[in-house]
Amino acid sequence: MPATLLQKVWDAHAVRQLPNGQTQLFVGLHLIHEVTSPQAFDMLRARGWRVRYPERTVATVDHIVPTRDQRRPFFDVMAEDMLSALERNCREAGIQLFDLSSGAQGIVHVIGPELGLTQPGMTIACGDSHTSTHGAFGAIALGIGTSQVRDVLASQCVALNQLKVRRIRVTGTLSRGVYAKDVILEIIRRLGVDGGVGYAYEYAGDVIDRMSMDERMTICNMSIEGGARAGYVNPDATTIDYLRGRRFVPAGEAFDTLAEWWLSLASDAGATYDDDVEISGSDIRPTVTWGINPGQSVYVDERLPGVSDVEGSARSAVEEALEFMGLKEGDSIAGTRIDVAFVGSCTNARLSDLREAARVVRGRHVAGHVKALVVPGSQAVRAAAEREGLDQVFSDAGFEWRGAGCSMCLAMNTDKLEGREICASSSNRNFKGRQGSPVGRTLLMSPAMVAAAAVAGEVVDVREVALVD
Amino acid sequence: MSIERITSIRGSALPLRGDNIDTDRIIPARFLRSVSFEGLEDHLFEDDRQQAGAAHPLSRREYAAAAILFVESNFGCGSSREHAPQAIRRRGIRAVVGVSFSEIFFGNSVALGLPCASVSTDESRVLIAAAEQAPGSVFELDLEARQLSGAGLTVPVTVPPGARDSFLRGTWDATALLLDHYEEVEAVAARLPYIRA
Ligand code: SF4
Repeated sequence: MPATLLQKVWDAHAVRQLPNGQTQLFVGLHLIHEVTSPQAFDMLRARGWRVRYPERTVATVDHIVPTRDQRRPFFDVMAEDMLSALERNCREAGIQLFDLSSGAQGIVHVIGPELGLTQPGMTIACGDSHTSTHGAFGAIALGIGTSQVRDVLASQCVALNQLKVRRIRVTGTLSRGVYAKDVILEIIRRLGVDGGVGYAYEYAGDVIDRMSMDERMTICNMSIEGGARAGYVNPDATTIDYLRGRRFVPAGEAFDTLAEWWLSLASDAGATYDDDVEISGSDIRPTVTWGINPGQSVYVDERLPGVSDVEGSARSAVEEALEFMGLKEGDSIAGTRIDVAFVGSCTNARLSDLREAARVVRGRHVAGHVKALVVPGSQAVRAAAEREGLDQVFSDAGFEWRGAGCSMCLAMNTDKLEGREICASSSNRNFKGRQGSPVGRTLLMSPAMVAAAAVAGEVVDVREVALVD
Repeated sequence: MSIERITSIRGSALPLRGDNIDTDRIIPARFLRSVSFEGLEDHLFEDDRQQAGAAHPLSRREYAAAAILFVESNFGCGSSREHAPQAIRRRGIRAVVGVSFSEIFFGNSVALGLPCASVSTDESRVLIAAAEQAPGSVFELDLEARQLSGAGLTVPVTVPPGARDSFLRGTWDATALLLDHYEEVEAVAARLPYIRA
């Protein structure tokens, strides 16, 4: 019977059906970081359990690392404690840790693919909701909580309910200035922030087929913002080209054998889906969020919704969002003055994102009132960008060039908004307080749009600032 | 190890209005700067409470002893941080009742023995209004009978069968189950092409 990739990968990893009806799934790759793992190791110790497959867990440090002064011990005592705990736990369990001195440290969802740890056909788990990013490779990648991190450490398994699959076909061609970020914001706007509950999203169609792995990662990354448990793209030649020669990918004949298996996992023609959606990529325009969840967005040349256009309980949500954001119904989003511009996060801090942002700022300068920073997704991205001179482009334009980490995506280090500042951000969440100030405000957009906003000092249409082709 | 069977939860309710309440609001990221979950309950909805002042239900004395949290739809969306249900549980809440929950939040809650039960949108409104009008009214969430009663109301609730079963049998802490028959796990691992390579 024709099957979806989800079904094939699921079947390959299913151990047995548990008495409660869930499936016990073997986890092929477990990624851990400093925020959601220390309590899991404590629970493990408390029960006298050991780490079963230490070689299938890989650690890095991203959420709390300072991005400016990274000398140890950190100035920030709590960050130092958290990193020390991770180091101790990894040492005791025999888990490989990519720390600041490794040259391979970075946001967990950036380094997994970059090192070739992430591969098609794997089940991947990490105590972080944006684990969905790894689905870009045709893996089933799941964000889990700390108790499940404990489960995976102890058993290399998770217990999971069967998922439905919604295929989302993005057809046609994207216009100039429209990026993967705009595509996923469009999907979330159309299907809702909880539209994906119970589903894995399979992204397909010409637009996705033509995308690079970086772009596919941006799309899969935000599956969770649409409520989906996971998101994936079927492996193809692009996937295989990306993986060839990566550090943790076997070479030679073993590679060819694996690649053949990878391709065989793609959803079969004629597979049945629980839902099928088509979106015309040609209609999408550069998108900006105006509210307090990632579904509250408009095209940059559109106006904010009117409160009276919205029915029922959705109306109070619009009112609440407008009030928090200090925006008025019917206003145009373009022209909204910003205080901070942030290019970073696991959504959009890979080399291609930095290149697009640099293309916009080259030869221009950040507006006088704007604080702008670029935080590369990993040490490898940072080094590659420096080889191309992007650091210089950004510095000349008045951006700060930082070390790798999550930084202002969730502000667990000192990079954060102050007071009611508004930030044009390439990250994935515009929740109240997300960027560190309880009343700080976030406008999500593509890295090129962030760069354009930094230069203009306000939200602008990137297509008008720079000719993007 | 044997864990507790959870069949019903009885107590007063704390009503919390709003769809799409995300885990950054439940527990802002700056309170995750710790290697343990201890003390998280002190920061539950910290920023919302600051902004709403004395009016926030979590700041009101009449809800201090609540054991059941009433919410609306897509509660707990966003980050996978288990700190969110941990903070709720440590605040003394032993069940959450709402229209719908994000899946990761739901799973994290199950692992802590914190049932999340769903009711219809209309019933959720009625329940929230009841808890607002008469704080202190006692409700009982009966997982066996799949119903919530209190304040003169009785409404059906749904809990996915797997989770419900885990609470009723006392198997909601899954690790031991996953370690059973471990040879089957090893057999699956040995068959995976990427492990053989
Ligand atoms: S960059 Fe942001 S979303 Fe991504 S892992 Fe870090 S904190 Fe989470």
